[in-house]
Amino acid sequence: MRSHALLRLRSYVKPHAKALVLAIALAFVEIYFETRIPDITRKVIDGPIRHESQRGRLLPLIGLLTLFGVLEVILAYRRRKVLSNAALRVETDVRNDLYAHLQRLHIGFHDGWQSGQLLSRCMQDINSLRRFVGFCLPFLVILSFQFVYTFVLMFKLSPVLAFVAAVGILPVGWISYTMSRQYRVIARRIQDQQGDLGTIIEESATGIRIIKAFGRAPLMRKKFRLQAEKLRESSLGWVRLMARLWPMFDVFPNLVLGAVLIVGGRAVIRGDMSLGSLWAFILYVQMLIWPVDALGWILAMTEESRTSTERLMEVFDTQPQIADRPGAVELVNCEGRIAMNDVWFRYEGGTDWVLRGVNLEIAPGETLALVGKTGCGKSTLAMLIPRLYDVDKGTVTLDGRDVSSITVGSLRSHVGVAFEDPILFSASVRENLVMGRLDVSDHQITLALETAQASFVNELPYGLDTRVGEQGHTLSGGQRQRLALARAVLGGPRVLVLDDPLSSVDVHTEALIETALETVLEGTTAILVVHRPSTLALADRVALLDEGRIVAVGTHHELMESEPLYRAVLSQEAEEYST
Amino acid sequence: MTITNDSANDSWRGVVDDEKKEDSGHGASAILRKRSRRLLGVLLRPHKKELVITTLLMAVNLTTWLVQPHLIGVVIDRGVEGSDFGVLVRLTLIVVAIFIANNLTWGAFLWVSGKMGADVLIDLRKMVFRKFQSLSLAFHDKYTSGRVVARLTSDIDALNELLQTGLHEVVVNMLAVLGIVVILFFKDARLAGVSLLVFPLVLALTYWFRHHSERTYRAVRDAVALVIVFYNESLGGVRAGQAFRREARNKDIFEGLTDRYREANLRSSILAARFGPGIRFLGRLSMSVVLLYGANLVIDDKMTIGVLFSFVLYLNRFFGPLQDLSQFYNVFQAASAALEKLAGVLDEATSVPEAENPVVPQNILGEIAFDGVGFSYGEKPVILETSVHVPSGQTVALVGETGAGKSTLAKLIARFYDPVQGTISLDGIDLRHLPEWKLREAIAVVTQESFLFGGTVGENISFGKPDATREQVEAAATAIGAHEFISNLTDGYDTDVKKRGGRLSAGQRQLIAFARAFLADPRVLILDEATSSLDIPTERLVQHALRTLLSDRTAFIIAHRLSTVEIADRVLVVDGGRIVEDGSPNELISRGGRYADLHTQWIESLI
Repeated sequence: MRSHALLRLRSYVKPHAKALVLAIALAFVEIYFETRIPDITRKVIDGPIRHESQRGRLLPLIGLLTLFGVLEVILAYRRRKVLSNAALRVETDVRNDLYAHLQRLHIGFHDGWQSGQLLSRCMQDINSLRRFVGFCLPFLVILSFQFVYTFVLMFKLSPVLAFVAAVGILPVGWISYTMSRQYRVIARRIQDQQGDLGTIIEESATGIRIIKAFGRAPLMRKKFRLQAEKLRESSLGWVRLMARLWPMFDVFPNLVLGAVLIVGGRAVIRGDMSLGSLWAFILYVQMLIWPVDALGWILAMTEESRTSTERLMEVFDTQPQIADRPGAVELVNCEGRIAMNDVWFRYEGGTDWVLRGVNLEIAPGETLALVGKTGCGKSTLAMLIPRLYDVDKGTVTLDGRDVSSITVGSLRSHVGVAFEDPILFSASVRENLVMGRLDVSDHQITLALETAQASFVNELPYGLDTRVGEQGHTLSGGQRQRLALARAVLGGPRVLVLDDPLSSVDVHTEALIETALETVLEGTTAILVVHRPSTLALADRVALLDEGRIVAVGTHHELMESEPLYRAVLSQEAEEYST
Repeated sequence: MTITNDSANDSWRGVVDDEKKEDSGHGASAILRKRSRRLLGVLLRPHKKELVITTLLMAVNLTTWLVQPHLIGVVIDRGVEGSDFGVLVRLTLIVVAIFIANNLTWGAFLWVSGKMGADVLIDLRKMVFRKFQSLSLAFHDKYTSGRVVARLTSDIDALNELLQTGLHEVVVNMLAVLGIVVILFFKDARLAGVSLLVFPLVLALTYWFRHHSERTYRAVRDAVALVIVFYNESLGGVRAGQAFRREARNKDIFEGLTDRYREANLRSSILAARFGPGIRFLGRLSMSVVLLYGANLVIDDKMTIGVLFSFVLYLNRFFGPLQDLSQFYNVFQAASAALEKLAGVLDEATSVPEAENPVVPQNILGEIAFDGVGFSYGEKPVILETSVHVPSGQTVALVGETGAGKSTLAKLIARFYDPVQGTISLDGIDLRHLPEWKLREAIAVVTQESFLFGGTVGENISFGKPDATREQVEAAATAIGAHEFISNLTDGYDTDVKKRGGRLSAGQRQLIAFARAFLADPRVLILDEATSSLDIPTERLVQHALRTLLSDRTAFIIAHRLSTVEIADRVLVVDGGRIVEDGSPNELISRGGRYADLHTQWIESLI
């Protein structure tokens, strides 16, 4: 089943079936008018030209020819408009669905996919679908009709010549088949190699500081050159294929033309056929070349579209793993009691457990700090609460309810998160703060900015409307982090998850933020991932995490006294460096 | 003002002063600008031989193609109308032979020109890549990595598409159109004049199309750029999107953007749907006129029927290629805009040029001196008249508030930028006189941003010294305290840093960056906030290692946590682009100045 993947586009094409049928019908009428041309010229030759007495028929015949030309053009315009419209709508529908689906897919999925891979699916692959719907699909029908219809007309003029033409055109079918197959292999290889080259380009651009710092430009150039040469080799394969097969497309129709001239010419000399018929026949043969030529391309494009569809289906067939379970309940009021019972977790595709049986309870309004060595699983643990990842074993509960039995939307509406890396988008500051919570007021935004000591926003050229992010106003690391913090506390969520939220701010600002946060944290359940002792003042209790387990829970002072590991992790006063 | 749900308006994007217009292909003109033409000249220069061959092949191909309709006319006149079967067969065989010659030259032409195209493209790729690698960091800071990637991928692809969709075919076709006009006039001036009556209309239609197509094309490019940026960014930060339930909002915005893209595309399609059939109609009209007038000529015996037939065939060949022009035009516009942008990049002068007569010292000791150095980013002065001498082997801490100029000083030492005034020298040699490779061998930088390349952990460390053995890599990692965690990774040193399971924390990435710098074994080491992501035990480990690592080399340390500064021999306090305090840590503390204040603050922040 060569085109079976394409069948899965049915639901997208169905709403436009009428348009496609209309376009095909218009094309049929167009073809009818087009094929009148050889017929009318035949009548001109065999009539007025051969018999001067019929000169009066010349003007009506030519008038008809012109009229057909006008009709044909109007139909062609309509047909193209209808087709473009349908194809572009299908394209847009698929693209919107892809985006919506990707947004629903769990973070674990996104971790494993490179952005370039997702982008090429959204652009190249979907563009290829547009070509399939707007061109390949209707034209397979239209061209087949044109081919058969023209053939019938030729058969009427001269069965023998039509037979000659049929035999002569057959190899073209075979060539187009060969070509489309080889084309597919090469196109795929070129695509892959372009992707690999793209990776090198991206690294060379984003890592330019490191490359310069170590003077490794020659190394990168070499890497780039080798990959570019591979790509060139493949492109040459493509050129070779074209150079070999393209001329072949023309050879056979031209041989047919030669045969028609000889056989038809002989018939005319013998008086078995009129000169007008021979002329018409030659024009018909010329009309046959385009559909045959195009058929090869269309097959190749169809192959490409099939691959593209398969690539898209890879994504569409992945089910979101974090979604509302059947019977999930809406969490309206949240008290903020969090518990973890024997929680085990590992990343998708990873073999090692990151969390190995975590047990933890946080009372409503309590602030718990997570402390541990680099890579001990602190951040991962924190991300389980808003269900950005799901546990593999054990349960995470909020107010005594398993988080997986709460609707994802309502769960997340009660949890504010600040990530280790402040993620900002190329959009206004307001949009970056509000995110999905369209009901927050300007007053709430002002409060959140105050808490995060992010009043610098007021000094930006357009205040809250200033665009930030990659394509906007450049912010310092500390400023970005403060915006991320403001985003987390905005709207006063019942639960806060703050992953090392102050690592990039200077000591002075840190102190100010802590003072402001203290008020916020009073009535909020919070988990703080902490690297610096200074932030610990905010916490009621501290949990020490080691090798995926909670090894101790207590106040800072208790742990300082009882846990050597804790002291090691947090104490600056290692004897040898004390001043 | 709260956020509206109207996705058609752009308020969500926010406002920014300098929209980067360049990427949207504005001002793309069908006529190549001077620097693009110059670039084309440079690219084609090595291919003179191929150019001659393709021109010859094209000439043969064109001639054979142009002569065909005429010969078919002759076959009809002399063979069929002349009722001579022998002549008919002989002439037809000649026609077929010419067809075959035409096909063979076409194949050869495709091969030679296609190969030339691939060669030109790889040359261009290498040129642009090399250029970007040689441009200064000041350039890269402004230009941003996204645009570098766009130049090297989508712009080059636009040129590639031009080659693949048949630039050569269009060139041949256009020449053919000219050839046909000439032939028609030679065959029968009257009929040629009549058949070309519609030609002014063709020109007018083409002009109209070109005019509108530039606008619609730009609208498509702008619309697609917005779709791509939004798609990439919102999915790149999908965890934030999901955590703050932005899915619906994102969906609205995205659908607004794709709808705009669809409409721009539709306008462009409709334009082409008017142009293509329009040209076809003019072709039909011209055919009607030719048949009407020609038939009268034939009836009056002023012309043979074969000539009339060849006229009809010529007209088909005349209007066919013109119809295809609309499809080609967008590709051409994209390519010429791309070429212009690439030419712009290649014209960029580097602000950190390679020395013309480099001085290559034998041994570098690592003595650094600033002599009256001033530096500014654009108009904004950052470093003012700074002179300082650092003997080899000294460990210097640069201390000061954010924006004081510490990092700029470090970047000047690494010659990421050149000073606007004064000189910076290494062992008494102006940095500008040192060859790049020597400078990089002598000075290495570890920054806060610990970028890792695709590949394994081991490969990333050996980036500091590409010919290092596995033992050396492991030794470097061990010295810096990274060996333990690396050994615990799934595949140890062979763990792929970007694949699943190879997740590294910020601290771990920074340790790898450290090991990389240590392996490079430079005489001068610059640590720019290099320990900020490390947790305390790791940082202590690194500092312990640094004591030994830095003992015999010059080092500059920038950190806003003073714990890192403790190991310095000397502290320079930077403020407002000047060095305001200079001395050993203990001296400065006892002297009671800015450093003393900072130190007190820091001690208080510890628990």
